[in-house]
Amino acid sequence: MAATILAVDDSASMRQMVSFTLKHAGYEVVEAADGVDALEYARKNSVNLVLTDVNMPRMDGITLVRELRLLIAYKFTPMLVLTTEAGPEKKAQGKQAGATGWLVKPFNPDKLLATIAKVL
Amino acid sequence: MSIDMEMEEILNLFFEESFEGIDIMESGLLTLEDGADRETINTIFRAAHSIKGGAGTFGFMEISEFTHSVETLLDEMRNGTRSITPDAIQVLLQSVDVIREMTQSAQAKTPIVMTGADALSGELARILAQKVPPGAAPAAPSIAANAAATPPAVPPSGTTTPAQAQPTVVAVKRESNPEPAAPAGPLEAWRIVFAPDPNLFKTCNDPMRIFEELANLAPLEVTANTDALPAFGLLDPTQCFLSWTLLLRGPVEQSRIVEVFDWVDASSKIVYEPIYGVGQAGAPADRPAAEHAQPPAARATPAADAHPPAPTAAKSGGEAGSLRVATEKVDALINLVGELVITQSMLGRFAEKYEPSDIEALRRSLAQLTRNTRELQESVMQIRMLPIGFSFNRFPRLVHDLSRKLGKKVDLKLSGENTELDKTVLEKIGDPLVHLVRNALDHGLEAPDKRLAAGKSETGTLELNAFHEGGSIIIEVKDDGAGLNKERILSKARERGLVDQDAQLTDDAIYNLIFVAGFSTADTVSDLSGRGVGMDVVRRNINDLGGHVQIFSVKGQGSTIRIRLPLTLAILEGQVLRVGKEIYVASLVSIIETVQSTRENLSCVAGRTELFRHRTDYIPIIRLHDLFGIEPDSREISDGLLVVLEADGRRVAMLVDELLAQQQVVIKSLETNFKQVPGLAGATIHGDGTVALILDVPGLIRTFLEQQGMHMGRAA
Repeated sequence: MAATILAVDDSASMRQMVSFTLKHAGYEVVEAADGVDALEYARKNSVNLVLTDVNMPRMDGITLVRELRLLIAYKFTPMLVLTTEAGPEKKAQGKQAGATGWLVKPFNPDKLLATIAKVL
Repeated sequence: MSIDMEMEEILNLFFEESFEGIDIMESGLLTLEDGADRETINTIFRAAHSIKGGAGTFGFMEISEFTHSVETLLDEMRNGTRSITPDAIQVLLQSVDVIREMTQSAQAKTPIVMTGADALSGELARILAQKVPPGAAPAAPSIAANAAATPPAVPPSGTTTPAQAQPTVVAVKRESNPEPAAPAGPLEAWRIVFAPDPNLFKTCNDPMRIFEELANLAPLEVTANTDALPAFGLLDPTQCFLSWTLLLRGPVEQSRIVEVFDWVDASSKIVYEPIYGVGQAGAPADRPAAEHAQPPAARATPAADAHPPAPTAAKSGGEAGSLRVATEKVDALINLVGELVITQSMLGRFAEKYEPSDIEALRRSLAQLTRNTRELQESVMQIRMLPIGFSFNRFPRLVHDLSRKLGKKVDLKLSGENTELDKTVLEKIGDPLVHLVRNALDHGLEAPDKRLAAGKSETGTLELNAFHEGGSIIIEVKDDGAGLNKERILSKARERGLVDQDAQLTDDAIYNLIFVAGFSTADTVSDLSGRGVGMDVVRRNINDLGGHVQIFSVKGQGSTIRIRLPLTLAILEGQVLRVGKEIYVASLVSIIETVQSTRENLSCVAGRTELFRHRTDYIPIIRLHDLFGIEPDSREISDGLLVVLEADGRRVAMLVDELLAQQQVVIKSLETNFKQVPGLAGATIHGDGTVALILDVPGLIRTFLEQQGMHMGRAA
């Protein structure tokens, strides 16, 4: 069965872009518009990877990762953060929260797929 | 759907989102002027951030880069490391315009014009260079007016300019990057010591993955160091107690190795040690790692070339056909269609086998069909309904800019932004509203000193208000300015020969003069308004939408322009009327009331125009049967009913035989099916298949008054 990826971004176009790329590569994709939605979905369902934007209303990506790591089911789920900032500060923050890694925006589909392939 | 089409759709979504973000930035910045709160700055920042990220991803590097410097400025405001000055807000507002223009040309697939961005980049750099500590806000803004003229300042090191924004790989390592001391020969291998944080596994990073990636670069030897392993009983399997020494045998660029460790380097100890072979001394083996960082611009260029320039084509085409609909509305439709299918199958049964005893069931099914149809109709109409906020949104900026220009202080209050109306009506009401707002600012509200002199507060108030009333939507533009000057309007109108010198006019009639083409009371013509074109266009536009305008004004206290519009253009809230054997429909919005007249209320002027005393006014009577040449039940006015109609600020009483139902009718165009007929707005089809004509009330009144030789302003 294809791996299910939870794509979280407040921008619908980014979400669709990610989703479009991943679906064409054979993944199952579930979309969520912010951390709150994503957390709610993740609590009730299971996903194999979380790909989240950082800056979002209601709940940002870093908090989402932190919250997810508190759930037993997500202790060992790869979580990637989409970020435009590649500074050490952000990385440390993401790390601290439990993010597996990050993907620096802007990215192209190939880069996205290569990164996902690394952890799935 | 093909991949291209799918991409095109995602791209359209990106544009839609960007324009939304741009609007959010604009309105947010305008509220910042009145005082900053954290959430507003966050919202603006997020919008800029999304635009930047999206633009980058979709290949619009120019937009992405320009927005980046805007974002940097916003980020500093958000962090509290920069105070929010009027100067900065002004430049940010201008930047919003630039981003909008760039996005528009990107959407039109035309090359992105950089003039605006280039002019503002310098300005942004200048502001970024000013390190203003928060709290120490300058007393006065620096002169923003000559912003465009300021030559781009050279940004000091440390600030980011669009051109050098964001190298994708930060390759220079900290202490873990020992400068190779005079390499003896070419780079042959790397020795890497990798001592991860014990919590490595908790972020789901597997050292094996890292080793595999390294092995893809060059042959790899891995040695594990187990020194830190605790006694078995103390071993926590979720912690990483190992460290590794890796030997990567190949002249691999350091940046590529660093990239492999990118996800773990913040929390791990990593030492990279180059190993050089014995070769010719002085061979430059330590190529600066930064050289390998690919500048983002290199990837950006294809995007700009990808779209062949199409300068004029499809500039406005982008938004014409598309409609964003909330998912719930679509779900409701699907649900209704489902019910319709059920009803249809119920009815279908009767076609197969019908027994007289089924009549009750048949009736029930038909009743359900009626309900389904009505609900479906309402839901479909709902899809076209958009909140008027879409139109109101532009006003904060407009008022901000205009009041600056006019030197007036204005407090804009918007209410009822969520009131919904048909998309077409919404689109067409925008320009008339802009005109009314401009007028209110230019003519209505006084300059601060005049206001003070009149005993009012220095700041004028302009209110835009929308609400539903009956089957229509009311939009009010209300100012607390000087009010309309009746004497001046009247004298201007006499001067221009629009009214007779000795004519006595009611207040309403005087106010309505400002809607006459070519009328302007402004003493000086500004570039905003006062040319006397406009108010007539405003009224015509509103009438074309089936609505009408009213003016209320109190001298010294302000004016209110009240626009009444139908909720939709496709369906009319109609009053069905009968004259003889003919059935007509009049728009409910245009009907003031219906009365049965007594002889005492009637009079006749000059032996031909019949007048009806309606309250304090005398209004002319239209005999619909005469106008359309039909035989009525009775020619006696007191036998029939008088329907008082209003349009363009004029009232008439229309004589009909009988009022029938009030109902929604679907408007069918006469032009499409036949030809345009004066006095008729269209036709509709009744349940029994007969056609009823829909009266064009404004046109009817106009035609009638012209026939009677009566003109505007002399109706009384």
